[in-house]
Amino acid sequence: MSLLINIDASLSCWLLYTAVSWAWGIRLTLIKMNERKTINLEQGRDFMQKGITKLKNILEGLPEPQFSSEEYMMLYTTIYNMCTQKPPHDYSQQLYDKYRESFQEYITSTVLPSLREKHDEFMLRELVKRWSNHKVMVRWLSRFFYYLDRYFITHRSLPPLNEVGLACFRDLVYTEVNGKVRDAVISLIDQEREGEQIDRALLKNVLDIFVEIGMGQMECYENDFELSMLKDTAAYYSRKASNWILEVSCPDYMLKKVQNELLSVYATQLLEKEHSGCYALLRDDKVVDLSRMYRLFSKIPQGLEPISSMFKQHVTAEGTTLVKQADDAASNKKAEKRDVAGLQEQALKEAFEIFCNKGVAGSSSAELLATFCDNILKKGGSEKLSDEAIEDTLEKVVKLLAYISDKDLFAEFYRKKLARRLLFDESANDEHERSILTKLKQQCGGQFTSKMEGMVTDLALAKENQSHFEEYLSNNSNVSPGIDLTVTVLTTGFWPSYKSFDLNLPAEMVKCVEVFREFYQTKTKHRKLTWIYSLGTCNINGKFEPKTVELIVTTYQASTLLLFNLSDRLSYQEIMSQLNLSDDDVIRLLHSLSCARYKILIKEPNTKTISPTDTFEFNSKFTDKMRRIKIPLPPVDEKKKVIEDVDKDRRYAIDASIVRIMKSRKVLGYQQLVMECVEQLGRMFRPDVKAIKKRIEDLITRDYLERDKDNPNVFRYLA
Amino acid sequence: MDLFRSASGKAATKELERIDQLFYSYSNESSGMIDPEGIEHLCSDLEVAHTDVRILMLAWKMHAEKQGYFTLEEWRKGLKALHADTIIKLKKALPDLENEVCRPSNYVEFYSYAFRYCLTEEKQKSIDIESICELLELVLGSQFPQQVDLFIQYLKTQIDYKVINMDQWMGFYRFCNEISFPDFNNYDEELAWPLILDNFVDWVKSKQI
Repeated sequence: MSLLINIDASLSCWLLYTAVSWAWGIRLTLIKMNERKTINLEQGRDFMQKGITKLKNILEGLPEPQFSSEEYMMLYTTIYNMCTQKPPHDYSQQLYDKYRESFQEYITSTVLPSLREKHDEFMLRELVKRWSNHKVMVRWLSRFFYYLDRYFITHRSLPPLNEVGLACFRDLVYTEVNGKVRDAVISLIDQEREGEQIDRALLKNVLDIFVEIGMGQMECYENDFELSMLKDTAAYYSRKASNWILEVSCPDYMLKKVQNELLSVYATQLLEKEHSGCYALLRDDKVVDLSRMYRLFSKIPQGLEPISSMFKQHVTAEGTTLVKQADDAASNKKAEKRDVAGLQEQALKEAFEIFCNKGVAGSSSAELLATFCDNILKKGGSEKLSDEAIEDTLEKVVKLLAYISDKDLFAEFYRKKLARRLLFDESANDEHERSILTKLKQQCGGQFTSKMEGMVTDLALAKENQSHFEEYLSNNSNVSPGIDLTVTVLTTGFWPSYKSFDLNLPAEMVKCVEVFREFYQTKTKHRKLTWIYSLGTCNINGKFEPKTVELIVTTYQASTLLLFNLSDRLSYQEIMSQLNLSDDDVIRLLHSLSCARYKILIKEPNTKTISPTDTFEFNSKFTDKMRRIKIPLPPVDEKKKVIEDVDKDRRYAIDASIVRIMKSRKVLGYQQLVMECVEQLGRMFRPDVKAIKKRIEDLITRDYLERDKDNPNVFRYLA
Repeated sequence: MDLFRSASGKAATKELERIDQLFYSYSNESSGMIDPEGIEHLCSDLEVAHTDVRILMLAWKMHAEKQGYFTLEEWRKGLKALHADTIIKLKKALPDLENEVCRPSNYVEFYSYAFRYCLTEEKQKSIDIESICELLELVLGSQFPQQVDLFIQYLKTQIDYKVINMDQWMGFYRFCNEISFPDFNNYDEELAWPLILDNFVDWVKSKQI
């Protein structure tokens, strides 16, 4: 089978087509393998030479038809066969040498002579053309000889075909002409300095050769070109300098001009060079080079702007990649934050901030950070880590907070989670809790942590209070709650706001509440107690048939279970009306007791979700190998409420800030007002400009401010 | 007794008498003011609809405080300034009144007066959207018909605002005068334009896409 494809001008396009026919060709060859005759070296070489010559002709622009796929295939197959023949007819080494020789021969006979006879700009053009041709030749010959790349070179640890080919050009052409080339380039640049138009594209192409010849290393560019370039530049300008001194006798001006000329003009080009430019240096973490670049560019006005914007892009791109990775593994929030905390702090603040404030899997970074802290600080979170490691991580977290713009959001989430840890006794280590609060205080100020510290103190006070309560009970034996009761009294201002529902307490608990209330009256008459049953826990004994198991549940769950002391069987509706809770709460409760790991209640029908038509029965047959089990009640998603609360607080904060500013300035322009407001509030959050505008308008309606009669963009404070 | 009477001559006194008489022909006996019913009569005698902007202009001229009512003082002030002591003269004075109001120096005042005039409750500071739409049409409809049309459309479709306050009201007038229409090319939302206008411009632009 032979596919003859009509070949168009573009070689590379054609190569795509051959890939397919290649595969066919190989299969054919393999099938034919048993039948094949041994190719001897001479024959093989000759055959290859024909192909190579044909290629050279094409490159030289001679009238030569393009390769057909059959020809191509034959060339490849010849190599293949010659490499896979049994010894002594496996000619891999010889073919490898032949490959190299082909280039050497071509270069010495054709390429070099053509370069030698040209000069200056013409020589540069010829060089660019020859280099381009050379690359094509390397590509083609590598394809013919491809089989060598697959086994021979790896077995012998030899340089791959591509490298060999390019090295030939380097060793033969580049070493000879690079001096001339450099001079020609510099003279071109000088021409431009004198105000002539030069072919910039040519320059770029030539410089690219310097870089590509390095084949990954920048030595060629730096040593061969850059050094001379800079030397010459210095010489050029010192020549110029004397002229300038006559024209403008100001050293500063001269200095500026040199820097401007040298750096500004080429600034963007240099920065954008793919291999040595700013981006590449960043990518390869070349700190020394980066600092050199920084020093150089800092001398020119606005010189750092393009660098910093590239920097920003780079960090944002890197960070966004990281974020994307984290997004893909969103369940492992801990891991993602570790990576973030470990990021080198060479990033510019802005770029880092942009990255930090992108969300991951629907959660803001403020929330993620708070969750991360929670994971570290709660029991079962990071006990494997040493104290030092934990301290270190907390340190990093606090540092990271500096880059998060919604600090108030973080504070609120942190507070919510801290409350849970404190109230449900889930905190792993008191020391660490206090330690992070100290760090946060140092970084964000006392106001940031005052509520949280209040919470921690409250708990200590509550313990004291409890012991007084117990004393009171022992002194008044007639008053007894009937159950072991521990009450934690919290100061409202410090703790997050909780909705208190009118849960219908079971009779046993009602008594407890009464007793405590009486006790509390003896202590102080000026305070109002609001009971938050959603935060309580109960230990109940479940008297199951197999054995009694102690259940650790929330007050809500306990209230639900105690209903079954009075009836064996209850419907969803009955439970809901008896408890006086909302559908959402009831569903959550019943789910935790009948559809989760521990089925204390039997649900009918036995589906996985709760529906208002279900009925429930006490599961007398329940048992577990443990004597005491905790039945978790998954918390409600607080996110929405937290965000609502924070938004409300922000509105007040913006109002207060505007009034404060206007009170002191009396008269202020709109934009100035917004700027100062943003600055004032920046410590806690980044206010939305529209939000500020809305608050200003509200304050106008409330007669705090008015617009100036003559200039509607100016506001006045109304005393 | 009357500042008016003591300060003027005989002809003037006659004029004032006629003005007063005219007042009493429309006023409500018990309240001593011209009430909405009286105003309706007045309008039919003047041959203008009582929703006509010229009545509002008349109220402005009188510095009338309460919507739908004219006191004697206000009546005197207005008609004296218009040199109208009969219905016919009052009617004839209306075109001149219109011109006077439409003079740029007066119009801003009239425009803001129109808003205040609609604040009927004691501590009221804003007007509901529907009334605003009517008022806009009445007051600005002839001068800036396209802007008014579009803005009314916007007000009726948006949900952020249920009422409009004085600042927003005045802002819109400034908007019509300063901003090129319908491209809004010179509108800069970074300036202190009321937020509702920022939103309005965004809304128009999104419709145009």
